[in-house]
Amino acid sequence: MFAKPVILYSVGKDSSVLLHLALKAFHPAKPPFAVLHVDTTWKFREMIAFRDRRMKELGLPLVVHVNREGLERGIGPLTHGGAVHTDIMKTEALKQALDLHGFDAAIGGARRDEEPSRAKERIFSLRSASHRWDPRRQRPELWHLYNGRLNPGETIRVFPLSNWTELDIWTYIARESIHVVPLYFAAGRMVVERNGMLILRDDERLALQPQEMPELRWVRFRTLGCYPLTGAIESRAASVPEIIAELARSRTSERQGRAIDHGHGSMERKKVEGYF
Amino acid sequence: MDVGFPAARDDTGLLRFITCGSVDDGKSTLIGRLLVDADVVPDDRLAALARDGRRSGAAGSAPELALLVDGLQAEREQGITIDVGYRYFATARRRFIVADTPGHEQYTRNMATGASTADLAVILVDATKGLLRQTYRHSAIVALMGIRQVVLAVNKMDLVSFREDRFARIVEAYAAMAEGLGLRNVTAIPVCALLGDNVIRPSAAMPWYRGPTLLQHLETADAGRRETQPFRLAVQWINRDDGFRGCAGTVLGGSVHPGDPVIVLPSGARAHVERIVAYEGDLPRAVAGQAVTLTLRETIDVGRGDVIASADQPPNMTDQFAAHLVWMSEEPMLPGRPYLIRLGTATATATVSELKHRLDIDSGLREAAKQLGPNDIGFANLSLDHALPFDAYDDNRETGSFILIERLTNATVGAGMIRFPLRRAANLAWHDFAVDKAARSAIKGQRPAILWFTGLSGSGKSTIADGVERRLLAHGRHTYVLDGDNVRHGLSRDLGFTDADRVENVRRVIETARLMADAGLIVLVSFISPFRAERRLARERLGDDAFLEIFVDTPLAECERRDPKGLYGKARTGKLRNFTGIDSAYEPPEAPDIHLRTAEMTVDGEIELVVDALRQRGVVS
Repeated sequence: MFAKPVILYSVGKDSSVLLHLALKAFHPAKPPFAVLHVDTTWKFREMIAFRDRRMKELGLPLVVHVNREGLERGIGPLTHGGAVHTDIMKTEALKQALDLHGFDAAIGGARRDEEPSRAKERIFSLRSASHRWDPRRQRPELWHLYNGRLNPGETIRVFPLSNWTELDIWTYIARESIHVVPLYFAAGRMVVERNGMLILRDDERLALQPQEMPELRWVRFRTLGCYPLTGAIESRAASVPEIIAELARSRTSERQGRAIDHGHGSMERKKVEGYF
Repeated sequence: MDVGFPAARDDTGLLRFITCGSVDDGKSTLIGRLLVDADVVPDDRLAALARDGRRSGAAGSAPELALLVDGLQAEREQGITIDVGYRYFATARRRFIVADTPGHEQYTRNMATGASTADLAVILVDATKGLLRQTYRHSAIVALMGIRQVVLAVNKMDLVSFREDRFARIVEAYAAMAEGLGLRNVTAIPVCALLGDNVIRPSAAMPWYRGPTLLQHLETADAGRRETQPFRLAVQWINRDDGFRGCAGTVLGGSVHPGDPVIVLPSGARAHVERIVAYEGDLPRAVAGQAVTLTLRETIDVGRGDVIASADQPPNMTDQFAAHLVWMSEEPMLPGRPYLIRLGTATATATVSELKHRLDIDSGLREAAKQLGPNDIGFANLSLDHALPFDAYDDNRETGSFILIERLTNATVGAGMIRFPLRRAANLAWHDFAVDKAARSAIKGQRPAILWFTGLSGSGKSTIADGVERRLLAHGRHTYVLDGDNVRHGLSRDLGFTDADRVENVRRVIETARLMADAGLIVLVSFISPFRAERRLARERLGDDAFLEIFVDTPLAECERRDPKGLYGKARTGKLRNFTGIDSAYEPPEAPDIHLRTAEMTVDGEIELVVDALRQRGVVS
């Protein structure tokens, strides 16, 4: 249906499930498309190490894209704030990568249950030539019939995991023994409390403020992103079954630890501008 | 490549349902109550809700349950739902996906979308109001979309003092309505969504009700297993890898085992399943909903869009069928206009050959109609450019459904449910005549061609066509001119000037031109033919011969100044409706074979340009 599809790999648990599904679907052949990682240069070091190891094991072609212009301008979450950083190093970078390589379909692991505005996302989500999402121009999706036809310049984001929940993801990870980044599992980690979030100081770029004192706590991450914007949760769940048990008891939503979501209707605004 | 259906998951525990009702019925409140009482709403989202509730000024004492359900910011601010939203929750017994559809604009379209994947529908009725016109509408769409199980949730029982007689009256009235629509499986439950009575916990206020609560019913309802249907697999992709060759696709009905005899359609080739290949190893069986790769014992040709089906119970295979259509576009559906159809994984060209009626969804009455507008439902015959395999929608929702795509914008404009195949096409066969087109052309010593002149009324189409025909005659060529005058007075005397009639008129002209070209003639068609879609159809139908689209490009102001038949004058004064250029659109060609900018040329020059083009194509020497 598409000339040049690409699978978007954020190194997170949903991406890992997506990649696993692609491997299964195309077995015994290899998935006939490249894997794209948009690197903001602020991801946890463990994520990058995991990514490189997995790609080598799977023998899939990996395309890493960094917004060079943003990097040269010194854009970062600490200097420019989470919103500007995410916009330039993630949303803009993704658009650059799609344009640069001429990808016409980007397959991602977003799920409708993550956040209320995503509940109305289509499985085949049409983007204009400028990569914008227009909630009023989305194509109706009935049964399992998808319309992937594109006019010049248009692209499509495909979300095969739309109908999965966080619990489904972990149940499937358990069933299929899928590898995920160890940061999802609880361990003693040095974290610092800032704006109500537990931040893991992954490198020297995060300068400590005078009153801040890193302390050892048992934490894990429910979602993974740029380390200064991703809060850990206190947890003792160190295995997949323990995470599933923890989720069943959980009283908070999945993206609660993500600084970029906060603010009225902010995820919807990011989506309109082209965020995944 | 068609990803999107998480079939690798074990779906036995999943129930998909849709809720139907308006904001006034308390639909969003009911879903909100279900989520809160099932204890699946995270604390931070409840807290955010309380903040939003204050901001929008909505009543704030209890958490605003409805706000939990309404997703997009625009809706929160306007207090309405504008699209289909999906909610996910799970209890110890089952996982659920709820489709929530709005009660206002675009209702039919959105509800049809939400209903297309639902196993069950919850229809809300306000106990203080009883059955309303919209109750009928919701139930009619539920029936049309093939949902077999209905829950009639009679809400706001607190406002009628939880009275049993009030509930009984509504249930009785609904039974008659459901009967008429063919909905046989109806469970009625009296509820109060705001207080939670009979949603999850049994109501102390209604001891007379002994049936299940809403959640109890949802947890035990039939999730519509499709394993007993005849086997169907829509081929998505041919998996070739180092000598391996498999057909990858989703099982859309029934089950399959190695050794099963199958038929591959449209080709009709027969084969046997050799292996069911999966990542973990070969499978002994695959069932509806699973995405698998099949290998066949025999070497036969299979490609994307084909259906592999049970050899004993094959699907229908025709190029014509009758279907219900739900129209979803602002642009009307016009019979005769070509659309792309997507049926399973196959794509073809389809036209509505006959619109039988439009369904008034509020009354159930069938109305005569020439076109379908947004949110209209119609019953129509469709004609495809080649035969495809399908089942009746009642037998299999996945292989009996299709979408229609507008070819220029690529928008999804309609959805359809196939009711039955039409055999007429199968009974018609071309008689093999000894004298064919080549022979007819040869005796005239010429190559057939079609010159399609398009442009506004008064642009000079007929003048140029006339001049070209004289030149062809002088070269000893056999010709004919089709124009508005000789067609409208006879062949199309029954048609007017609405968009629907214009499309039909052009279709008749295309077919006439086709027969004339088959007779070996050079045909000059002089028609306004305002729509790109029809001109594109002409090119496709007539493309075997030399086909020239000639755009007679005269500015509207100049055409209006000339006004040879006085028509612009009548149109401007409102005496003539649907006049191209005035109150009906003209879509200029994007890539005509010949573009005649008449303001910059003489008529003789224009004629010469056309004849030149014919010379290049060997039509004249």
